[in-house]
Amino acid sequence: MESLTALKNSVIGGDEDSAADLTQRAIDANLAPKTILDDGLIAAMTIVGEQFKNHEVFLPEVLLAARAMNAAMEKLKPLLLSQNVPTLGRVVIGSVQGDLHDIGKNLVGIMLKGAGFEIIDLGHDVTPANFVDTAESESAGVIGMSALLTTTMPAMKQVVDLVHDRDLDSRIKTIVGGAPVTAEFASEINADAYGFDAASAVDRVKELLDITQ
Amino acid sequence: MKPSVSFLSKELLERIVSEARDVLADVGVEVHNNDVIALLSDHGARVDTAKNRVFLPGDLIDRALSTAPRSFKLYDALGQETHDFASDQTYFTPGSAAIYVLDSDTGKMRASTTDDYVKYARIISQLPYIASQSTSMVPSDVPERISDSYRLYLSLISGCKPVVTGAFTIEAFEVMKDLQLIVRGSGDALRARPLTVFSCCPTAPLKWSDVTSQNVVDCARYSIPVEYISMPLSGFVAPVTIVGSLVQHTAETLSGVVISQLTNPGAPALYGGSPAIFDVRYETTPMGAVETMMIDCAYSEIGHYLGLPTQAYISLSDAKQLDAQAGLESSLGATLATLAGINEVSGPGMLDFESCFSLEKLVVDNEICGMMQRLGQGIVPRDDFPAVPHFQELLAEQHLLISEHTRRHLRTEHYFPGPVIDRANRSRWHEEGATTLRERASREVQRLLSEYEPYDLADEMRGELGQRMTSEAQRWDMDRLPHEEL
Ligand code: B12
Repeated sequence: MESLTALKNSVIGGDEDSAADLTQRAIDANLAPKTILDDGLIAAMTIVGEQFKNHEVFLPEVLLAARAMNAAMEKLKPLLLSQNVPTLGRVVIGSVQGDLHDIGKNLVGIMLKGAGFEIIDLGHDVTPANFVDTAESESAGVIGMSALLTTTMPAMKQVVDLVHDRDLDSRIKTIVGGAPVTAEFASEINADAYGFDAASAVDRVKELLDITQ
Repeated sequence: MKPSVSFLSKELLERIVSEARDVLADVGVEVHNNDVIALLSDHGARVDTAKNRVFLPGDLIDRALSTAPRSFKLYDALGQETHDFASDQTYFTPGSAAIYVLDSDTGKMRASTTDDYVKYARIISQLPYIASQSTSMVPSDVPERISDSYRLYLSLISGCKPVVTGAFTIEAFEVMKDLQLIVRGSGDALRARPLTVFSCCPTAPLKWSDVTSQNVVDCARYSIPVEYISMPLSGFVAPVTIVGSLVQHTAETLSGVVISQLTNPGAPALYGGSPAIFDVRYETTPMGAVETMMIDCAYSEIGHYLGLPTQAYISLSDAKQLDAQAGLESSLGATLATLAGINEVSGPGMLDFESCFSLEKLVVDNEICGMMQRLGQGIVPRDDFPAVPHFQELLAEQHLLISEHTRRHLRTEHYFPGPVIDRANRSRWHEEGATTLRERASREVQRLLSEYEPYDLADEMRGELGQRMTSEAQRWDMDRLPHEEL
């Protein structure tokens, strides 16, 4: 387990090369890929997430840690796939139709990816059909939508409704965010969750997918 | 001498401009509007069609700068001149497009409505130190598709001052332009006496969206002034340094100047912006950060160096209440902006990263603006020399309270704030209710609302404006506009 402590520290410290290196060593030492993932990488990102919330580290450190985690994942992914270890889950994200604000959405994507989710980023000005089609075809469990304009918020409802119309509610959860969006609005349009920043987006998505870590 | 502040040496300023020109020539701007791409390409810009990238050569920028007006004026709804954007004269306008209002009764933030907007418009028309209205809030009780034009309509029927505004879509420009044509009577009259300024935002980094670039073109066609609102967010979608952010701001803003001037040489515009540093702890864009204000002042220096009048979103606050943070951030911004000679300062009334408007804050900020007007006038001798007779008089009379010199200059030399600023001695303050700033501001808001009188807008024009707005509302399934119920 000592090697996992070192791996964890390399991710927390944002050291891309050594994170990849230590992952390879853990693999060579026959540690189970799922253990490396859960107790090494995701555990590290959980700590970084906490430190970020407490202002012990700032956003750049979180992004560096996420990058180190991704480098490690490159090594781990083939094994996880071959052993059918499920990833944390797939999330389709985008800024809704008519909205060009994508800074917040990008941050949410980076943080989710850093936390171990697979992200399919559709960019900005994304049509409701594109959100739902992609989630369906890519078997994503969550659709994350961002809106920064009051004029584009109604597009979020269209996505939620479309998920419902296609009878996908049990398979696809929706989460919404962006400066004008509120928890009340989310429940008004029957979205499954609301997150006020990128860190809370991670917590909410974990809840949606019943991930306890 | 007008007091001033400067952040850039000539050498650094020229280097920033030349680096920005290199960026425009070598990296280019991404443009998501085929007409604008064609316009730029027709005038010699190289285009990478696959990537929507347009590369702007130096001579194109020079040509645009040579036709861009060095100054222009604004006129109120009755045709009186209110603004002369020239040299380093500073005017204030409220912050714009908040989606929340700080409720006067509950002290809580909530979605803004038509009722809030009408109150705002009635107050702003009476505030002496804020020279224009802005479409400060977005009413949530009308269809989204008219939430931009309806604000302009409400402003035009409530107050006389010119309006700083902006369209959220390409289509909305049409009705927003029509409303102005009704007030002025013809396209030529509007051209001769601009009534509004439209905010048009490039997207950081180095990008123009379909909507905002089309807004630039449409405004230029009618000679409606625009303010380019470039928003480098330092450390995130712009370099972390102030100099790097300035290079990006310069490049984005110059690309706006080029689009306007190629569309209509001589089209009026403000060299503006709403940059911010990016706070990596909270993932926010603080308008109250001192570095944000330094970027504002410095790009205004660059704008003036290029010969253009300037604008900035400065003198607003990120606080959520009308508290000491709100006061300190707003006045720090207003002070720096005045000293930097930024021509149009957008901010009063605004809280929470440009998202929440407060009527109480607006009347407090009006006082800040009044003080700034005085500050900007600087220190000038007023019959002070020779000094000896004044002191002979003082010694003889024991005071100068009723001296001729005092009576002549008292009201120009000293600025007298309104009732929201407390200058009473302690006993009197107690006697008058020991009020807090918030209480005094709220009282002032009530007073202004009760004393509001509509301006002299001809009934016929009022009717025509109403018809145009109603027909637009009907397109979006609203038959009766909420202000008619008020
Ligand atoms: C930067 C900015 C822009 C940039 C955007 C650049 C880009 N690539 O995104 C540009 C210049 C392009 C722009 C354009 C416009 N803008 Co703008 N913009 C802003 C500004 C200043 C900051 C937004 C931002 O990036 N914040 C930083 C990020 C990190 O925060 P965030 O987006 O809120 O995201 C966080 C959370 O909300 C959450 N989150 C976000 N998405 C999601 C998604 C999920 C699933 C979850 C869980 C969480 C989550 O997590 C994020 C991280 O903490 C806001 C002001 C504000 N206070 O929001 C105005 C603002 C949103 N813009 C506004 C306006 C009016 C416009 C324009 C219409 C202006 C114009 N006339 O041209 C255009 C519209 C273009 C369009 N069609 O979209 C208004 C909106 C008013 C309204 N009616 O809604 C605002 C409020 C400013 C104002 N008062 O005028 N803008």
